[in-house]
Amino acid sequence: MEKQHNWPLWEIFIRSKQGLDHKHVGSLHAADAAMAIANARDVYTRRMEGISIWVVESKYVHASNPDEAESFYDPASDKVYRHPTFYDLPDELKHM
Amino acid sequence: MKAQHTIDYALHLADDALVLGHRNSEWTGHGPILEQDIALSNIALDLIGQARYLYQYAARLMNATAASGKPEVTEDILAYLRDSWDFRNCLLVEQTNGDWGRTVLRQFFFSAYQYYFYRELQQSRDTELAAIAEKSLKEVTYHLRWSSEWVIRLGDGTEESHTRMVAALDGLWMYTGELFLPADYERSLSPGGIAVDLAVIQPFWEERVREVLQEATLALPSAVAQKGGKQGRHTEQLGFLLAEMQFLQRAYPGCEW
Amino acid sequence: MTSASEMIFQDKVDQDIRIEPKDWMPEAYRKTLIRQISQHAHSEIVGMLPEANWITRAPSLRRKATLIAKVQDEAGHGLYLYSAAETLGVSREEMIGQLHSGKAKYSSIFNYPTITWADMGAIGWLVDGAAIMNQVPLCRASYGPYARAMVRVCKEESFHQRQGFEILLVLSKGSDAQQRMCQDAIDRWWWPSVMMFGPNDDSSPNTAQSMQWKIKRFTNDELRQKFIDVCAEQVKLLGMTLPDPQLRWNEERQHYDFGPIDWEEFWNVVNGNGPCNRQRLAARVEAHEEGVWVREAAMAHAEKKIQYGKTA
Repeated sequence: MEKQHNWPLWEIFIRSKQGLDHKHVGSLHAADAAMAIANARDVYTRRMEGISIWVVESKYVHASNPDEAESFYDPASDKVYRHPTFYDLPDELKHM
Repeated sequence: MKAQHTIDYALHLADDALVLGHRNSEWTGHGPILEQDIALSNIALDLIGQARYLYQYAARLMNATAASGKPEVTEDILAYLRDSWDFRNCLLVEQTNGDWGRTVLRQFFFSAYQYYFYRELQQSRDTELAAIAEKSLKEVTYHLRWSSEWVIRLGDGTEESHTRMVAALDGLWMYTGELFLPADYERSLSPGGIAVDLAVIQPFWEERVREVLQEATLALPSAVAQKGGKQGRHTEQLGFLLAEMQFLQRAYPGCEW
Repeated sequence: MTSASEMIFQDKVDQDIRIEPKDWMPEAYRKTLIRQISQHAHSEIVGMLPEANWITRAPSLRRKATLIAKVQDEAGHGLYLYSAAETLGVSREEMIGQLHSGKAKYSSIFNYPTITWADMGAIGWLVDGAAIMNQVPLCRASYGPYARAMVRVCKEESFHQRQGFEILLVLSKGSDAQQRMCQDAIDRWWWPSVMMFGPNDDSSPNTAQSMQWKIKRFTNDELRQKFIDVCAEQVKLLGMTLPDPQLRWNEERQHYDFGPIDWEEFWNVVNGNGPCNRQRLAARVEAHEEGVWVREAAMAHAEKKIQYGKTA
C-alpha cells in the first residue's frame, strides 16, 4: 500500500493587528491544522505579534463567482479553484 | 570575581544559542519540505539573535573591566576567535544534526530547558540578563511547541519514524544531564540571584519531557550523563564546527566583513 | 474565429482587469502560466542552495543572520509561487516531480558555483538585481494570484540587493585580498547575470503572445539593457570594473553599449552542462527523498489523532 506522504493544501487567512477582517494571503501544505497555523505564522506573518490566523483545508472552501455571466458559471463547480487537480480523486481516476 | 563569573555565564548562554543556531542553519535548503525549512531557519535566526545580545553584553562587561589600552572586545571576536577550550556551550547543542528526528529531539530537549530557564532568568538581579530573558521567552515558547509537536508526530507516526526516534533518543539522552549540572560560575552567581538555580527548573523539565515522550509513545531512557561542555571540554564535534564557522576570520585576520 | 469567451478574456486583460482562478481562460494561457510560475518557484528553491553554502562560513554574526534571513526569504518566495501555480490546477507534488526529472527548468544562473564569500555580495547585487528588474513589472501581471505573489516578493527583494551591494562595498574598502575577492566575484557573475534575461528578442518566439496576455511586460532585450545601464553606474561606486572591454556609454542611444554574449555557454548551462547542474538537482532530490519518512509520519500521525478523537 502506497503510504500517503503528500500533505494536503490549506488556504490561509490573516487579520493584521489593526485589521478588521481576515484576508486571503495564499496557501501552503501541512499535515494537520496545528502545523498549518505554525507554518502560516512563519511564512505569511514573519512572526509578527497580534495577528489572527485562520487555516482551512482547500477542499473545504466553496466558492462562487457572482460577477461572471451565467453561461460561464458552472454551478456544479463550486470549488475554490476552477481546475480539479488538487481534489482527492480515487486512485482509478487519478489520470483523468 | 562576580564580574568574571557574570562574563563566563553570559558566554555560556551565548555559546549555547550560537552553536545550536549554527547547527539548525545547516538544514537551510535541505529540509524535508519547504514549510519546515522556513520554520527551522526561523528558529536558527532566533537563537543567533539571542547569542548576539548575550555576546554583546559579555563584550561590554569585558571592556568595562579591562585594563585601558587593551583592544576592544566585540561579539565577533568572541564568536570567531575563541578556540573550543574557551567555548562554554553544553555538549547537547554541538551534536551533529543527523536526521530530522534527531534534530527535532535535540531542539525539544534544549527548548524545554530554555523555556523554564528564561522564565526564571527574568527575575535575575542582573537587569540586562533579565531583559534578554524576557525578550527570548516569547520565541522559546514557540520553539518548545514546535519541537514538542514534531517529537510526538515522529514518535507516534509510522514504524520507521518511531524507530528513528528511538535511535535519536539513544544518541542524545546522555547529553541532557549536563543541562542541570551547574558550572562553578553558575554556583557562585545563583545565591545572589543573578544566575538561575538549575535544581529549581529541573523537575519542570523532567515533567515536560516525560509528558511529551509518553504522548510520542517513546520510552524514557537512562544513561550516564556526559559533561564538560560548560567547562570547555567538548566532544569531537565542536572542533569541526568551529573550523568551518571561523575559517574566514582566521584566514584573513583583522578584516571588516 | 475567436470565441466569445476568448474575446471577453482578452478584453479583461487589455483593461488590466485581473484574471482570477475561477475565471475562464484559454488553455494555452493556463499552461504557459503554470510553466512560467512553477519555473519561477523552482528558481527560488534551487537558488537557495548556492547561498546556503556560505551560511556556516559567514564571517560575522550580523552577516550570518542576514544571510539565513535572505535564504529563508527565498524559500518563502518559492512557496508563494507554488501556491499561485496551484490555483491553476497543478499540484506541488507534480511540480516538484517535474523539477526533479529535469522536465521543468529553473533559472540557469543557479548552476554556477559560489566559491568565495564575495560571491554572496555579487549574487545579491547582480542576480537579485536582475531578478528585481524582471519581477517589478510582473506585479502588474494579468493573473491575480501571480501578481499578488510578485508584490510580496518585490517587497522583500530590494533588501536582498542592498545587502549584496553592501557586502561588496565593505570588501572593496578592505584588505588587498578582500579587494581581489570582490573583483574576482564580479568577474565570474557578470556575464551569467546578463544571460539571466534570456535569449535575444529575435530568438524568443513566445514573447509576443506573453506580452499580449500581460504575463510578460517588457522584452528580454529591454530588461537586459536597463540592467546593464544601472550596473555600469553602480560598479563605479565599488571602484571595480565589469569584465566587458566593450562596455561604453553611447551618447546617441542614451544607453551603454556592451560586448557579445556567449550564447554557447548559455545554452550549455540551460541544457544541463553547467558547472553545478547535477549537484543542484541532486541536492533537491536528496532533500526530497530524505524527507519521505518525515512526511509519511506526519500524515500517519494526523490520521491517528483523528482516530484518537482529538481535533487536529
